[in-house]
Amino acid sequence: MAGIVLDKLKKSYGGTEVLHGVNAEIADGEFVVIVGPSGCGKSTLLRMIAGLESVTEGEIRIGERVVNGLEPAQRDIAMVFQNYALYPHMSVRQNMAYGLKIRGLPKEEIDRRVEEAADILEIRDYLERKPRQLSGGQRQRVAMGRAIVRKPQVFLFDEPLSNLDAKLRVQMRLEIRRLQKRLGVTAVYVTHDQVEAMTLGDRLMVLNGGRSEQFGTPIELYERPQTTFVAGFIGSPAMNFLPATAEGGEVVLENGARLPGGTGAGRVRLGLRPEHLLADDGGPIRLQAILAEQLGASTLVHGTLEGTDSALVAALPGTRAVTEGEVLGFSVAPAQMHLFDGEGRRIG
Amino acid sequence: MLKRVHFPASALPYLLVAPQVAITLVFFIWPASQALWQSMLIEDAFGLSTEFVWFENFQALFEDDQYLGSFRRTAFFSLAVAFLSMSFSLVLAGFADRVIRGATTYRTLLIWPYAIAPVLAGALWVFMFNPTLGIVAYGLELLGYEWNHQLRGGQAMALVIMAASWKQVAYNFLFYLAAMQAIPRSVIEAAAIDGAGPIRRFRTIVFPLVSPTTFFLLVINLVYAFFDTFGIIHAVTQGGPANATTILVYKVYNDGFVGLDLGGSAAQSVILMVLVIALTVVQFRFIERKVEY
Repeated sequence: MAGIVLDKLKKSYGGTEVLHGVNAEIADGEFVVIVGPSGCGKSTLLRMIAGLESVTEGEIRIGERVVNGLEPAQRDIAMVFQNYALYPHMSVRQNMAYGLKIRGLPKEEIDRRVEEAADILEIRDYLERKPRQLSGGQRQRVAMGRAIVRKPQVFLFDEPLSNLDAKLRVQMRLEIRRLQKRLGVTAVYVTHDQVEAMTLGDRLMVLNGGRSEQFGTPIELYERPQTTFVAGFIGSPAMNFLPATAEGGEVVLENGARLPGGTGAGRVRLGLRPEHLLADDGGPIRLQAILAEQLGASTLVHGTLEGTDSALVAALPGTRAVTEGEVLGFSVAPAQMHLFDGEGRRIG
Repeated sequence: MLKRVHFPASALPYLLVAPQVAITLVFFIWPASQALWQSMLIEDAFGLSTEFVWFENFQALFEDDQYLGSFRRTAFFSLAVAFLSMSFSLVLAGFADRVIRGATTYRTLLIWPYAIAPVLAGALWVFMFNPTLGIVAYGLELLGYEWNHQLRGGQAMALVIMAASWKQVAYNFLFYLAAMQAIPRSVIEAAAIDGAGPIRRFRTIVFPLVSPTTFFLLVINLVYAFFDTFGIIHAVTQGGPANATTILVYKVYNDGFVGLDLGGSAAQSVILMVLVIALTVVQFRFIERKVEY
């Protein structure tokens, strides 16, 4: 078992820098999710930890060892790939045993470990099948099994669920989480899906353009996003951003509406989560509806801030019919107002 | 289902296929049937009389030790060529697959030998190994090894095998490289993470995954060694010394055009034709189904 330390990690391809100095300390047994839009460098970061990409600058430590120069095999890690990367010419059993055989474990020990893992993952019935005879979910399990049997210090997951259908994804998500807790192995998981990130991770690293925007627990990221990027990326539906002016403990919206709360002075961006807008007929936030999305448990009202072109979404509990042009009033608790400066950084 | 009316009868399809049919008729069906007919004739040495003898020519062939010897030599020659050139190109492709910088240059250079005519390839090797002038023969002599393929059958065989394999390496290389590049990167990476070094990855992952290509190339290489090596043998050894490198296709030429035994030569070419048809059938039967892994 071991933690991971990333120290000012940089990566360049040719002259282009894609990671600009990422720092992180991942504790032993922790489940860390790296989340970000495509092209943000999250897969590159993971592949650097795995040893599949070289490190341009900085240091990676697994446990106490600096692993920069080590081959993937020497890092004592296991990785689950997006396309599973099963060996197509080998049976499930051989797939799982491959790494153990290379390490020269005795046959009985290999069989024991493979069957143990197969029991945990409920794939015992498929052990003699070839990968192409399995469904997506089963292949996913085999890929996990191949990682488990090695008993590595670190699990690395590279978007392992993105090839599965929505229902299976939710199920496998829970299984991965349960398994990781049960085995107590440090895990680094890469995804672009913020729901997956929120539900899986002990902590999340939000990566944007090769920089770590924020690294914290899911609730921290949700409640106190440090940048507009994190604020907009975490949470569904996404946060509303309204141009506003802060003055004397009040926030003034474009249409002149005044909301109590907030610190600082001058032009700011006000972030409001749709689910934090409380229906209040006399409330200061006036939303002119365009259309409503009925989700059953809640209703998303899309519209604009009355008198402006700024888009505004509010989530109302239950079902509610909304006619176009209707104006709805909302209020918001001061603690749930997020203010950001011109560079998109959090104020207060 | 489209109805028949969508495709009114027309001469166009026949017209479009006609050139190919004509070529097949002129260059395959006609000579092949001529050979078949001739294989049942015996002609006197002066070409004055011919006699229809049914399968007597074939019978004579299978009682002829020289012919059977040539059969064995051909089997050895073609298996050796296939093995040598395939294993060599497999290794080259394995390396080329790993190369990142200058990959195109390597590939281009490795493909060049394929563009060389067999006779020229043969001439190249003849010059290098000429017992009195050749640079390689000279080098071998310095090492204390006497090279004279004009006298020694074993050396002559080795030389034509080398020349024939060398020429085929480029072709095999192309197919192997394409097959290797079709293997998902992540499978190789997964093996690396599982602890397999480059050689082990090659042996346990890459090689099994290119096995369909291996089978395809085996058939292609056997056909090549059976037929297309005529030019090389003609340039390098003329089938000698003492028939040591007279493979079947060379014997067809030798018996027919040099020995003027037209009937016997035709019978040999009919046997060769049957062999190549058999190989092609095997290839179609198995390649289409793909080798199971």
